[in-house]
Amino acid sequence: MKYVIIGNGPAAVSCIDGIRSVDAEGSITVVSKEAHPAYFRPLISYYLEGKSKEDNIYCRPENFYQKKHVETVLGEAVAIDTNNKIVALSGGENIPYDRLCICSGSSPFVPPMKGLDTLEKQFTFLTIDDSFALEQAVDKDSRVLIIGAGLIGLKCAEGLRDRVKQVTVCDLAPRVLSSILDDECAAVVQEHLESCGITFALANTADHFDGSTAYMKDGSEIEFDVLVLALGVRPNIGFFKDAGGECNRAIIVNNDMKTSIDGIFAAGDCVEQEDITFGNKRIMALLPNANIGGYTAGVNMAGGEQQFDNALPMNSIGFWGLHIMTAGTYANDGNAQMIEEKGEKSIKRFFVKENKLIGFILIGDVKSAGIYTNLVRSQADISAFDFDALIKNPNLLPFGEIYRRKTLRGVV
Amino acid sequence: MKRVYVNEEWCLGCHLCEYNCAYSNSGIKDMVKALKGKTITPRIHVEDGGKIHYAVSCRHCEDPLCIKGCISGALTKDENGVVTIDHDKCVGCLTCMLLCPYGCITTDENETVLKCELCIKNGGIPACVQGCPNRAIIFEEAEE
Repeated sequence: MKYVIIGNGPAAVSCIDGIRSVDAEGSITVVSKEAHPAYFRPLISYYLEGKSKEDNIYCRPENFYQKKHVETVLGEAVAIDTNNKIVALSGGENIPYDRLCICSGSSPFVPPMKGLDTLEKQFTFLTIDDSFALEQAVDKDSRVLIIGAGLIGLKCAEGLRDRVKQVTVCDLAPRVLSSILDDECAAVVQEHLESCGITFALANTADHFDGSTAYMKDGSEIEFDVLVLALGVRPNIGFFKDAGGECNRAIIVNNDMKTSIDGIFAAGDCVEQEDITFGNKRIMALLPNANIGGYTAGVNMAGGEQQFDNALPMNSIGFWGLHIMTAGTYANDGNAQMIEEKGEKSIKRFFVKENKLIGFILIGDVKSAGIYTNLVRSQADISAFDFDALIKNPNLLPFGEIYRRKTLRGVV
Repeated sequence: MKRVYVNEEWCLGCHLCEYNCAYSNSGIKDMVKALKGKTITPRIHVEDGGKIHYAVSCRHCEDPLCIKGCISGALTKDENGVVTIDHDKCVGCLTCMLLCPYGCITTDENETVLKCELCIKNGGIPACVQGCPNRAIIFEEAEE
């Protein structure tokens, strides 16, 4: 059996583990654009911040590929010939496969913007090489302008703050982390970031550039030395789409991580799969999902049987001591009831629909949050126990002695 | 593998396990110096509800979600099945806290993730078990 994996991130190495849990013999080839062993992508901001050392960012030990008998090929997949089962690389090389897994991730989205070509120092922020380049480009006198107040832009701001003179973040959205927070929660986070020295220009973005000036939509001007474009990402799926594979915004997969094309699987940031809290497929480009999805794909590619049938979106992100956690679906669409618990420096918001916890936002007080995540993941009937007590204090008391005996007195 | 198990009916709710855990993991020889006047950050905690008391610590799950979610590779399972944390790798993102269904992950004042490692780094016999006055916390192979 010939296994080929496109991409070499967490989903890919988990896929290797999945394959090898079933098949010790088959050949595995990994094709990657990046000349690094698989690394934890979220660490690129922690590298800039100095919390992660370069030799500590890798997903697996140094001898992993050798030990798992994996051949690595540097290159970019540009086409799949599904009839003859061949992956074509940009360099002209053809790689035959019996089972293929696409873990190609995503790329930064950069819209056309007038005057970008006049800028000397502009970067995106998605790879460790971006971090290395930014590290070289900035000094203590640098004024950095980051376009995009999402997860990537704000983590970049945190990573850079102590290395530079000034960090300004702008976004067309009126609030920070607009994809995961509502207005009130976002305001708390923004205030905290401002107290930590970050400047914001929200509901506003750069219209065009000239040299070191950004001309903003509202008519103001921002002077800067280094530009970071963090406007979001697009899944790398062109070659799969061209081969006739079913895609929406990303590659559509089932719970066994199979795509619409026979013999082709996919996992990680380039897939859309069912979100149990949403009842529909969507992109959930998050590390736990990449790891579980990749492993599941690997097992099934090798003839085993595994399902990843409890995926949900979730985020845990912190900035200088303020922690933010979200899970599930929490857009207040009118169907879900919101239950709120506020502390002096914290907000907890829970979204309940048909006696199920379908999502939550926690700001500041994130203690034992996994107890809530577990309720979302297991789609438990919360009317069966004292949910009000859990909101105040997440612990195992409301679940009863039988549950506790099973979990605290047995193997889980 | 041997794990820490809890017999709820025998737990007195004395919270001694929390102090023994904090002391054992402090690296300080003198118990008074290790604990006096300090806010302890134990890796085991007792939950109390009226007459009910029981201790909760890492279950060392067969298939741990915390490891699947760890963004830095700090959490791993050792060859004996113990879920351990490498503090040099941990960046304090707390994804593990968001994932642990039992609420077993905690942090210290520096926001470093703390979790029970069955005292493998300090003696090999869990301090919570050794100090439990009523044998409510035990260290053994699982009952089938």
